[in-house]
Amino acid sequence: MDTEPQFFETNAAPGVVGQPLSRVDGWAKVTGRAKYSAEYNQLPGLVHAVLRTSDVAKGRVTSIDASAAQRQPGVLAIFTHENLPKLAKTPNNPEDQKAFASSPMSFFPMASDQVHYAGQPLAMVVADTLEHAQYAAALLKVNIAAEVPTASYLDPKATSYVPKSVKGTEGVTKRGDAQAAFRNAPVQLTATYHHATNHHNPMEPGATTAHWEAPDRLTVYDTTQGVSETQKTLAAMLGLATEQVRVVTKYLGGGFGCKAWVWPHVVLAPLAAKAVGRPVKLVLTRPQQFTGMGHREEQEQTLRLGATKEGKLLGIVHEKTSTTSPWDDYAETNSRIINMLYALPAFESTYHLAKASVMTSTSTRAPGDMPGSFAIECSMDDLAYQLGLDPIQVRLLNYAEKDPTNGHPWSSKSLKQCYARGAELFGWSQRNPRNGQTRNGKLLVGYGMATASYPVHNSQGNARVRLYADGRAVVQAGATDLGTGTYTIITQVAADALGVPPQNIRFELGDTILPTTQWSGGSTAAGRVSSSVYLAAQEVWQKLIKMAVIDRKSPLYGAKAADVVMEKGRLQLKADPGKGEAFGEVMKRASLSDVEGTAQGRYGSIYKEPGAAADANMNKEEKDAAAGYSMHAFGAHFCEVHVDPELGTVRVARWVSVMSAGRILNPKTARSQVIGGSIFGIGAALMEQTVRDPNLARYTNADLASYHVPVNADIPDMRVDFIDEHDPHVNAMGVKGIGEISIVGVTAAVANAVFHATGRRLRSLPMTPDKVLAAMRQPA
Amino acid sequence: MNDFSYTQAATAKEATDLRKATPAGAYIAGGTTLLDLMKAHLAEHPQLVDINQLPLKGIEQTKDGLRIGALETMSDVGEHPLVVQQYPAVSQALLLAASPQLRNMASLGGNILQRTRCGYFRDAAFPCNKRVPGSGCPALDGDHHNLAILGVSDSCIANSYPGDLSVALTAFDAVLTLEKAKGKQRQVPLTEFYLLPGNTLQRETVLEPGELIVAITIPAATHAQRSTYLKVRERSSYAYALASAAVGLDVQGGTIRAARVALGGVGAQPWRSREAERVLTGQPATEATFRAAAAAALQGARPREHNRYKVELAQNTLVRALQQVAG
Repeated sequence: MDTEPQFFETNAAPGVVGQPLSRVDGWAKVTGRAKYSAEYNQLPGLVHAVLRTSDVAKGRVTSIDASAAQRQPGVLAIFTHENLPKLAKTPNNPEDQKAFASSPMSFFPMASDQVHYAGQPLAMVVADTLEHAQYAAALLKVNIAAEVPTASYLDPKATSYVPKSVKGTEGVTKRGDAQAAFRNAPVQLTATYHHATNHHNPMEPGATTAHWEAPDRLTVYDTTQGVSETQKTLAAMLGLATEQVRVVTKYLGGGFGCKAWVWPHVVLAPLAAKAVGRPVKLVLTRPQQFTGMGHREEQEQTLRLGATKEGKLLGIVHEKTSTTSPWDDYAETNSRIINMLYALPAFESTYHLAKASVMTSTSTRAPGDMPGSFAIECSMDDLAYQLGLDPIQVRLLNYAEKDPTNGHPWSSKSLKQCYARGAELFGWSQRNPRNGQTRNGKLLVGYGMATASYPVHNSQGNARVRLYADGRAVVQAGATDLGTGTYTIITQVAADALGVPPQNIRFELGDTILPTTQWSGGSTAAGRVSSSVYLAAQEVWQKLIKMAVIDRKSPLYGAKAADVVMEKGRLQLKADPGKGEAFGEVMKRASLSDVEGTAQGRYGSIYKEPGAAADANMNKEEKDAAAGYSMHAFGAHFCEVHVDPELGTVRVARWVSVMSAGRILNPKTARSQVIGGSIFGIGAALMEQTVRDPNLARYTNADLASYHVPVNADIPDMRVDFIDEHDPHVNAMGVKGIGEISIVGVTAAVANAVFHATGRRLRSLPMTPDKVLAAMRQPA
Repeated sequence: MNDFSYTQAATAKEATDLRKATPAGAYIAGGTTLLDLMKAHLAEHPQLVDINQLPLKGIEQTKDGLRIGALETMSDVGEHPLVVQQYPAVSQALLLAASPQLRNMASLGGNILQRTRCGYFRDAAFPCNKRVPGSGCPALDGDHHNLAILGVSDSCIANSYPGDLSVALTAFDAVLTLEKAKGKQRQVPLTEFYLLPGNTLQRETVLEPGELIVAITIPAATHAQRSTYLKVRERSSYAYALASAAVGLDVQGGTIRAARVALGGVGAQPWRSREAERVLTGQPATEATFRAAAAAALQGARPREHNRYKVELAQNTLVRALQQVAG
């Protein structure tokens, strides 16, 4: 495109953008025709790989006796650290890692005899059937000289340290003198919050099918949130050129961050396929899913909050302690949201880590912002009660009219409207200002609310649009649909951008042969891909308009291209809409069956700053500074809980979420996202926890019967609403993501409601009956 | 999972004969618990004898009470009008358990024989005295937040039966009919069916190898008609009980004439509390009586660090259940 990026205004009236279109892939999914990455069973000679993982959490493999396994029928190969082909570049080498687009931990198993965590892959069996491979893997006799593991930061053996940095955030950050601000504050609150280990547990487990179509051509069907990142990383690890690897992910059964990375099994499958000369499928079992694709780390945070007697924040000192792996300094960056959520003059944050016998934890829906919001939003609630303020009032009192971290204006912010609309839908005015006062039979009733926010992360990617003369179109971008509705919303955007009905659009995604775009992660996909497609459609129109105005047979002949617009698939003069013709006519006269356009869409502060986009070394703050705006989605959750003070149970009885996230492309899929994120958060608030044995450092509940996620009976009818936002700064579509913001603040909303119900503050998640009963024994 | 042979037995005789020939084999009905155990290498049977063709169905009134065939499914029994009317606690225990899909498949006999959900037992990578005698019990100093506090031993604190049905059956004096061979039947009260963890951790019931549960009989009683099953768990459905109570009361003129109490989730086996029943019987149906009964029921509790809450929770659960039936 040679023109400035234009902001999307729908061409169709009424447009389909913003309409609750049902999922375009729904029929394929409910009829089983949608093909997931573990379902490419027709590949010629497909065989199965099964992992044998470590029982113990630390030690050294002294021997693996494969003789019995080797004798089993159908067994084609058995790999251990002694015979696994070497990687061209390995996560074990820090220098090599620089070549990876997507490496979640600095460790690759089966490269030595060392065992660092329970569940670490030790061997891989390849056999003609899954059953043969499973049975043979069970017959391997693995001998390990076990050592005493460290289970977590809570282990007395663990030593904590302050890392130089975690995830690009320095180990210690200071804005102003928060220590002094807290020390001198008339109102001081200090509280410590605990968060259990959580696992993503997508319905579809990690699965990789690897097919070497030629010695220099590998196709991988993988469960990944980013085909392009997986392609680049696999190519580097396997010593191939990027173009020699093709990665396909047509459908994904949930990701939540764990599928954003190239985990060991993704590399082991192509290694096995190469060795046996046949396509290989490797699917993690549910227990392996708990030690195969990361987790949200167990952690505690101490928040010291200083405020005036009127309730205005003066300073916050935040410390987080969490468990990390033997190799990586990894922690979710909880401090980000605490730093920016309110008009806060001074902030200090310190990360403490302790290495333990676990794999590296990883991005989990709203990494950092989710647990960070638990701390800040419970402490804000405490502040409200302490000063006799309404919880919404204390938040409005500290409303950040600009970004407190850098003084920049927000590209858009409708949080006040979210509070107001949420309060109205929920009936917040009915709330008894005193806690522990509302009963329903034997149950205590409580109302709680919390603020949500999630940043707009910079990202960019390409799309291609091919418009046919008959009014049909193929739209392509190498994005992934996590199951959230990407197929649908992009179809809508393309339909409006091309002025054709949505059923005329075929949107293809999930393949590295398509235009390259970044992963679906960090809530970036909707804004980035929609913008790319919209801009690519603009290029189609520009081409057609240029053809029309030099075509003597066109009614638009001789007009200035800039004076011509597209309206509902018709090219016409802006000033004289009657003068024009259908785009198909232009193509037919030129004997063109189709016209193609491509474009790069940008999301975030790089949208209007091509120069800044080119400088990959700039961090978010610098890019924000270049753009001049801070960009975040905002929202609020409202919750009613019923607490049984004698049985310790907490049930969510009502739920309202109101989100402002730019343009909502499809209120139906967006609502599903918000419901999903809220339920995910209710799970973390009330029941989700993975327990690692304190002595053996192995999970004791690595299955879906004992790792509890909410069931239908736990979830009430949920009300979701959106505040319309016009944000011309975030991208050409004005879209902010909603996948992650929907979980931010949820745990705090529930905990705040429990406090309102009982007068007891529970600061340890999940709030299971044992903790509720313990709290009820304490004075209110 | 190991290789195994699979045979459909047409008669009880054929079934018990097959098992006699291969003592390491197992019967399979709904398979909802056996297959899980086999997939996790916790049970390795060379032979499975499918008993679904056996005539072990039917729910009928007899002079001894309601007789339920062991092959009846959890759903069918839970929803049966006679069970709903005469033994509400049994119906509730069935319908609050598992998921609809599992309840549609699982047989009553299989339910009674389900095994502990202790995470250390369920994962063969851990030591476990129940699985490998003498290997140790990491649960003692580990994750035992949902393990037992009553009837436990120093080598095992698992709730051997984690489910609900047997808790209700134990409360209402149900009797199992067992058959080892044709014509060789015996009656065992459910209160005597399960074994406490002593020196024979692996032996959890008095069932002998090859013996089949053919029927469950529950005596008719006023206290059974006026009964309830209260289950407390970490989520509203599809979870095992942290604590549960099956209670039945016969109250006349405000005085408790007869009482039945059993607790789930807290015992090494479904926990009939005759101590609580003694406290209740002859006393006014008041909260004070219920509290005293609950204290008596938990008298012998031996909690540990992470399941200490169960003492209070079980007492409160029992009091609430008694309040509900007392009305």
